[in-house]
Amino acid sequence: MSHLTDFQIFLILSILKIAVVLVITLTAVAYTVLLERKLLGRMQNRWGPSRVGPFGLLQPLADGIKLFLKEDLMPMASERPLFILAPIIALSCALISVAVVPFGAVTRIAGVDMFDISDINIGLLVILGITSIGVYGIALSGWSSNNKFALLGSLRATSQVISYELALGLSLVGVVLRAGSLRLRDIVDSQAGHGLFSWNLIGGGQIIAFFIYLMAAYAETNRAPFDLPEAESELVAGYHTEYSSMKFAMFFMAEYANMITVACVATLLFLGGASSPFGNLLPTPTSPIIAAILPIFWFVLKVFSFLCLYIWVRATVPRFRYDQLMSFGWKFLLPVAILNIIATSLVLALRG
Amino acid sequence: MAPIAAPDQINPGIEDVLADAERHHHGSDPIADQTMVINMGPQHPSTHGVLRLVLEIDGETVVSMAPDIGYLHTGIEKTCEAKFYQQVVPLTDRIDYLSPMTNNTAYALAVEKLLDLEIPEKAQWLRVLFNELMRLNSHLVWLGTHAMDIGALTVFLYCFREREQLLRIFEAVSGQRMMTSYIRIGGVSMEPPLGLFDDIRAFLLDFPSKIDEYESLLQNNPIWINRLKDVGHISREDAIALGVTGPVLRAAGVDFDLRRDMPYSSYEKFQFKVPVSTDSDVWARYILRMEEMRESVKICLQALDGMPEGRIVADAPKIILPDREQMKTQMESLIHHFKIVTEGFAVPAGEATSSVEAAHGMMNYYVVSDGTSKPYRVHMRNADYANLQALETMCKGRLLADVVAVIGSLDIVLGAIDR
Repeated sequence: MSHLTDFQIFLILSILKIAVVLVITLTAVAYTVLLERKLLGRMQNRWGPSRVGPFGLLQPLADGIKLFLKEDLMPMASERPLFILAPIIALSCALISVAVVPFGAVTRIAGVDMFDISDINIGLLVILGITSIGVYGIALSGWSSNNKFALLGSLRATSQVISYELALGLSLVGVVLRAGSLRLRDIVDSQAGHGLFSWNLIGGGQIIAFFIYLMAAYAETNRAPFDLPEAESELVAGYHTEYSSMKFAMFFMAEYANMITVACVATLLFLGGASSPFGNLLPTPTSPIIAAILPIFWFVLKVFSFLCLYIWVRATVPRFRYDQLMSFGWKFLLPVAILNIIATSLVLALRG
Repeated sequence: MAPIAAPDQINPGIEDVLADAERHHHGSDPIADQTMVINMGPQHPSTHGVLRLVLEIDGETVVSMAPDIGYLHTGIEKTCEAKFYQQVVPLTDRIDYLSPMTNNTAYALAVEKLLDLEIPEKAQWLRVLFNELMRLNSHLVWLGTHAMDIGALTVFLYCFREREQLLRIFEAVSGQRMMTSYIRIGGVSMEPPLGLFDDIRAFLLDFPSKIDEYESLLQNNPIWINRLKDVGHISREDAIALGVTGPVLRAAGVDFDLRRDMPYSSYEKFQFKVPVSTDSDVWARYILRMEEMRESVKICLQALDGMPEGRIVADAPKIILPDREQMKTQMESLIHHFKIVTEGFAVPAGEATSSVEAAHGMMNYYVVSDGTSKPYRVHMRNADYANLQALETMCKGRLLADVVAVIGSLDIVLGAIDR
């Protein structure tokens, strides 16, 4: 590769990384849907999808084909450009944030870190920022469909996401204070010392922050028990009532992609990212291939567990009411998050 | 940017809705008042069938509402007039389709009053047994759908797991899972199969632990409590004035249960408590119905323990279809069978009502006879219709999400409302 300049190598490898990560994320999205349906089914005393392929494993494929072949309806009174734009915003914002997630240990090929699309020093802020832009997708979809249920759903979603954004952001401040950096790799490294016991969740004393993050994240992704925007018993389907075919599928994928993003962030910030939960107890792998793959395995395992938690919660709890949701966010989560910041900074200051 | 389309272009039917809203909402103009009129139903997922609610909402707050019924109108009352008395029984199954045997009982009681029939004790006890199992069946569907409306999906499937066992029992005794037509004029249709009572007993002994399971998912959950407490309040006076009955009335502090106050079908021989509450909110109705399920289990067990021996139909050969065996061996029975099937039986002219405590509340059947073999008029009064009237009182000024909770707590079946 001597005839390529460094920049060209960087470019080629980056495009390769993006392609691979995108494919993997989209597949993961499809299979998260299957995971949810299977797991929810088992929790609810039924089978879940089991007809398409072995154990229903081809169900996502069948769903995808079905959605592609569906008629794409366009309501007459809708605001056409925005109606089309909304799902694109929702899905692309959900996918972009994966770009800053480091999902493996630092492994360099030709000077390029292979397990991180871009290692930015404000990675956490980028994720928060991009997820906020995703709200536009929801807000615009509700308004442009010219449907009252969709409008109510999108209003609920917008106010909910904006309110919980605050608690979410504040819950992460403690972690950032401990790591002294917004760079996701630094945050992971700050928890890598003694495996499980140096995770922010356990050893780092950020357990309160973790639960605030958990609740805010459920609200942020509009999932049970905060699934008011698409509360099917109240608002039919919420903001995507008027959407059909692939446009609907994009919202659907965006929801699950957001779940994965949130699970990734939780893994990075509270569960030690790609580091091993056993710390130095396990011998350091000698083979470079195992050394590269093992961290990815830990990362995927943690994300998977977090997703299972999501699904478990959905099977267990009822739905909040709109006003209760707001007062919970503003009157409980936000003050607790602020107290957590104060406590964390006091501890850090006293420790010197 | 294209101009925003005028309302009539968006929805061709909007004038009707607005006119509706204006008529029901004391002349307020939704557009000028910055409120929004939304149509909840008839295809809305949480209106339990085909109820349409025209809601005028200000943001999320309900300003006024008008239930619009009739989407499930089946004309059963009118159809009854063209049927023989015994042919009406399967029609009554379809009124309140969650407790068909209760409907059968109410109809049979009214006709038996006209005929002045003496019902054997065993038939009466069987009626009590299956009426109470029907109450369990209906309450299980209520709990499941109510919880699902509030977002607890799993409870729904757990409830249907138990309901499935009940439906098997109904199938074993009548041959049908839902439209049982088991309780007939003069008694019940068939002797329960051997071993069924043991199955029922096994189910009943197991069932209280299942109720505990539902409660463990709901009762201590702060979200569930917050969604239910202080929602959908109705005063004792309003409840009485609106003709509300059943658990909704008892939750409003009125101790009224027909099983105890006007016993029918030998309910006076059973010991049971009538749970009453004074909170009159959705939570009270939830607690009350859970208690009722436990009481129903007790009644069923008493019925099983003390089940008398004897005939299951009244001794009235001109009214009750004869035994198959007799029909094939005795000429007189064959003649009776032929006459009943081809021309029915004449019922003395007059009118009679019956009142039964169904799972949803008071169920009345009013039967008028002109002396022929077909009823002149059959009118059903189901609690659902009156209970639905209380919806506006309960929901006014509350949030949209509360409407869903209140509809769930009223436990309406549209089949019983539209008839």
